[in-house]
Amino acid sequence: MSWQGQILRVNLTKGTAEAEPLNMEWANAYIGERGLGTKYLYENVDPKCDPMGPDNVLIFATGPLNGTMASTSGRYAVLCKSPLTGAIGDSNSGGKFGAFLKYAGYDLLLIEGKADKPVYLHIDDDSVEILPADEIWGTGVWHTEEWIKSRHQNPQLRVASIGEAGENGVLYACVVNDLHRAAGRCGVGAVMGSKNLKAVAAYGTRGVTVDDPVKFMDVVKDTHAKLAASDGREELTEGGTHPMIDMMQEWGGLPTRNFREVQFEGIDKVNPAATTAANANGHTNLITNKACFGCTIACGRIAHIDPEHFTIVNRPEYRHASGGLEYETAYAFGPAVGVDDLDSLTFANYMMNEHGMDPISFGVTLAAAMELFEMGVLTKDDTDGIDLGFGSSEGLAVMAEKTGKGEGFGKELALGSKRLCEKYGHPELFMGVKGQEFAGYDSRALQGMGLGYATSNRGACHLKHDVFGPDMEDISGNGKAAPVKESQDMVSMIDSTGLCLFTTAGWGPEDFVAQLDAALPGDWTLERCIESGERTWTLERMFNMAAGLTAADDTLPPRMLNEPVPSGSAKGKVSELSKMLPEYYSLRGWTENGQPTNETLARLGL
Amino acid sequence: MQKSLLIDPDKCTSCLQCEMACSFEHEGSFNPARSRIKIFEFEHGKRAVPYTCTQCAEAWCVHACPVEALVRNPVTGAVEVKDDVCVGCKVCTIACPFGTVNYNPDTGKVIKCDLCHGDPKCAEACPTDAIVYVDSSWTGLDRMRRWAGHVDTNQSAKA
Repeated sequence: MSWQGQILRVNLTKGTAEAEPLNMEWANAYIGERGLGTKYLYENVDPKCDPMGPDNVLIFATGPLNGTMASTSGRYAVLCKSPLTGAIGDSNSGGKFGAFLKYAGYDLLLIEGKADKPVYLHIDDDSVEILPADEIWGTGVWHTEEWIKSRHQNPQLRVASIGEAGENGVLYACVVNDLHRAAGRCGVGAVMGSKNLKAVAAYGTRGVTVDDPVKFMDVVKDTHAKLAASDGREELTEGGTHPMIDMMQEWGGLPTRNFREVQFEGIDKVNPAATTAANANGHTNLITNKACFGCTIACGRIAHIDPEHFTIVNRPEYRHASGGLEYETAYAFGPAVGVDDLDSLTFANYMMNEHGMDPISFGVTLAAAMELFEMGVLTKDDTDGIDLGFGSSEGLAVMAEKTGKGEGFGKELALGSKRLCEKYGHPELFMGVKGQEFAGYDSRALQGMGLGYATSNRGACHLKHDVFGPDMEDISGNGKAAPVKESQDMVSMIDSTGLCLFTTAGWGPEDFVAQLDAALPGDWTLERCIESGERTWTLERMFNMAAGLTAADDTLPPRMLNEPVPSGSAKGKVSELSKMLPEYYSLRGWTENGQPTNETLARLGL
Repeated sequence: MQKSLLIDPDKCTSCLQCEMACSFEHEGSFNPARSRIKIFEFEHGKRAVPYTCTQCAEAWCVHACPVEALVRNPVTGAVEVKDDVCVGCKVCTIACPFGTVNYNPDTGKVIKCDLCHGDPKCAEACPTDAIVYVDSSWTGLDRMRRWAGHVDTNQSAKA
């Protein structure tokens, strides 16, 4: 009921695939998806293992509400030890793959070992095959999906795969499903590639049932209506997440040129208005919006590139429509690198989807390379003759493709910003936390966001907490620790349901709980669900501690701590992390060294 | 008044709520593999098109059925499968030119859209009105109205 009750364990070294019962004790304690995946990871992986070695495990986890009529019921999580951060890797994606993995009868897919040559996994209900992938190894995600569907004569197969970036070990390679949805962060695609696993294709006829169908349909009717009626939902349908770029520009929190600045003079060329206005050739970037599985919001952008643009003028294969810009891609390929050429941004986004890379990490890594280039540390001799100064539209487009394909200077960019900056003697230019690059919000202009970045278990991330309200009410760090802690626990709970965080545009915590309670056996209260979120958060922390991370890793780059923000609402401020962090540890029930106390662990049943 | 499903692909976001609603109504579980309505995506997800049985007046499937398991509901106009009569011979799936009658290996019967006996759940579930349930004799009314707006060229002169 709501859970399928079984998981699939695949061992690529042995070439075995076996179903086993879902551990119901864990399901009841961790709900599903992110939480349950974290528990399975914790129990199946040595946190000290080499993330790119055969001892790492790759988990695809669905949640109890996946595949149901609850809105946005297509989210699934990919977990492993991250090669980018050395910490827990936990990345989630939309599209339709997750729901169909569950329809095949599995709550979770756990992949162990390493195949001796490239393979892909074909799942069709009880039939699970590990098949040779020689013919698709070395090709992109788009070709891979098409090839697998055609090979199995099943256009309804849903495919999650890696592109060349995952094969080549780009440390922020992602897993892409349904052409342009991705488990984007933490380098989960690099781990998939390290296992010689090209793709997982799933189709299923098992269906998903719920514990109390009458009650569930009543609740779903209400939650659909509530979401439909909310302003936040309407804004997401209309503009996706892209309009955030105008808000951050106005606020002065839009990271520009590797976080040297927080407002971008080229904003009008890369904001939502630019995507709906015709350019000089009469071409308009944005075509329409589309939805992930079960989603009644449909924030996804579908766009196309001006056929006259230099990136594709001689490449008709890229004239088709595909995934368009959302906020993070627009930020990372625009302001972060100082580029204001909308078609270059869109082309770079195509490259991310086709070759399977995280646009945030790529953009911020390129930004660091551009700063090194301006400093003269890098020269054209290093960058394949390409001008990599800030604002280089050519640099963005060319390097996006080179990185995906593992060519030239792209191999350096594949390291991520931290390793690149260390290699060239300027570790201070890495803009991120625990080895993962920042999203599009400046820690000095949004103090709670900074604390969230510093304490996020997967390295810098904007999606593990939600403190925009408090951050915009007060530019200081006062009183930020509590909302950061509380929202981290709530987001952790939401990420464990199988639903999308964006539903919070119209829903409160009680709406998630009502849907869980109707779908699952037992009593699901708000208290129980939030506690589950806190349990997951703490278990993630324990994984990281065991992996060797310490409180010293809960920090921000010197630019955030020492260089005053040059303009905007928080002009002159630096991050107040040193003030917020002790308060945060205390609220979490952790020691001054960021270690969960025995009392805290006991309270959470850990 | 008989009603029909009216489908507008321009409004479809490909969320598959209709497929879940359809399978839940007919099978008691959310199971797109058993949905009578399907969403097809084209051009890298740029277009999505819902498709299902249009309830032909002269239905090939009805003519082909050797055991009279396909029967028209006089109220809704839908051709319904009588599960206790259907022998699973699948001849109707060959006869249907549109592919909207399909075999369910779990039950050994064919499945097709029955308009949920006059209360189609796909239309109810669709968040964007890409699928609506309207008067069968006026499924073209909205489109006529849209084009009528272009024909009335003298509008500004009158004003």
